[in-house]
Amino acid sequence: MTFYTDPAFFILLAVSVIPAIILGLREKRIKAYGFAVSVFFILVLFSKDGWELAALLFYLLVSFTVTKWYLAQQKKKFSSAAAHVPAPSARPLFRFAYPIALFCVIAPLVIYKVSAVFDANLLGFLGISYITFKTVQVVIEIHDGLIEEMPPLDYLWFLIFFPTFTSGPILRSRSFQDDVASLIPRAEYCDLLLRGAYRFLIGAFYKIVCSSVFSIALWFIPKALGDTSPVMVVLGQVGSAWSYGLYLFFDFAGYSLMAMGVGAVFGIRVPRNFKAPFASLDIKDFWNRWHITLSFWLRDFIFMRLARFIRKEKLMTSRLATSCCAYVINMGIMGLWHGLTPSYIAYGLYHGLLLAGNEIFSKTAFYKRYKDKRVFKLVSWFVTINLVMFGFALFSGRVIPA
Amino acid sequence: MEEKLLALIAEVCDSDDIYDLRDVDLFAEGLLDSMGAIDLLIGIEEQFSVSIAPTEVAREEMNTVDAIIAQVGKRL
Repeated sequence: MTFYTDPAFFILLAVSVIPAIILGLREKRIKAYGFAVSVFFILVLFSKDGWELAALLFYLLVSFTVTKWYLAQQKKKFSSAAAHVPAPSARPLFRFAYPIALFCVIAPLVIYKVSAVFDANLLGFLGISYITFKTVQVVIEIHDGLIEEMPPLDYLWFLIFFPTFTSGPILRSRSFQDDVASLIPRAEYCDLLLRGAYRFLIGAFYKIVCSSVFSIALWFIPKALGDTSPVMVVLGQVGSAWSYGLYLFFDFAGYSLMAMGVGAVFGIRVPRNFKAPFASLDIKDFWNRWHITLSFWLRDFIFMRLARFIRKEKLMTSRLATSCCAYVINMGIMGLWHGLTPSYIAYGLYHGLLLAGNEIFSKTAFYKRYKDKRVFKLVSWFVTINLVMFGFALFSGRVIPA
Repeated sequence: MEEKLLALIAEVCDSDDIYDLRDVDLFAEGLLDSMGAIDLLIGIEEQFSVSIAPTEVAREEMNTVDAIIAQVGKRL
């Protein structure tokens, strides 16, 4: 069963939200019921593939054990720091606890992505890419001392929360835990529910109606224009690329809006993933509006940390060079995360280079002088949207043959 | 501590305007960006031994001169 696509999903969803709504309206905790519903949906999701279910269980076991172990290590470290006694850092396992924990939660994804290159599926399951983001951020925030407690049921529910399980938006564990811990007053729950219902309906319209229209336009436009003259062929290709970009947006933004709506029913505030991306005035603006939970995750956990490392270790003296370098690596990793294919890697590097170029351009006197002029904004918007559409064409795999 | 921190912010933002703009969003003013924020966090760590992780404080809670002073003050 495919989430947010199969009629069966919507029927099961309609039935399963009723008890949650009753609990919410009566100001009762939704946690236990919400957890059970997530387990049910995950089982249905993998009902036809026992191997994938086994891979998921293995991943959960690994991340659960590693997180618990690392949390215990950090507790020891912080408590000895508070008591002003030296931490037992002599033990190698203790000293390398952070890289070990990170390695363990990332390894399954890497093994799966590498095996996919050889048309095999080792340790992979639908949703592994997204679940990895969740566990990695938890490990990093334990390291930073921001997470000191991880109730097992909360953590498990966070990992398998079905509305966002297959393709995001990427939840943050601390905000998830805040939502789980708070008992929402009825008026607030009603408000959340109504906004959620509204978003769900818009999302369904985006995904079912709009994305279908553009998925047809994608092949129809080049056909309709024909190949009688080179102009028509070029126009057909451009029209097709634009349709593909719009299809991607409506499909993914629609899905994300529906996930927000379903999350609200269970009292979880799923973060917004899109904010009118095609209105972006430059590439940086675009990444603040497109797949926001992914780009902010990368910003917080890769870009900022990498840049901080470069500056702290004085590997680069210029701030601009540091940010350019960090952008390219950051987006390169984004490409790799999508898959180890030439198209995805090119897509990541392309955006990394665009962000670096944008950063350099935004420091020029020319930019500072004209940035508020209307003509400048118009040209900048037009260039940006075309660069974005070309990026989608790269992403689609139709530019670089596999 | 305030004088020292103000000097650090002025250095990172490369502008003395910050002395008069105590309650203005430095990101919106274009005085601070992601890289500036990183340099600021490193500077705070080196000069005040206060370490603030990138996801510890939301940007809205550390976007003005006064907010930065308050966040560092809390941790001293």
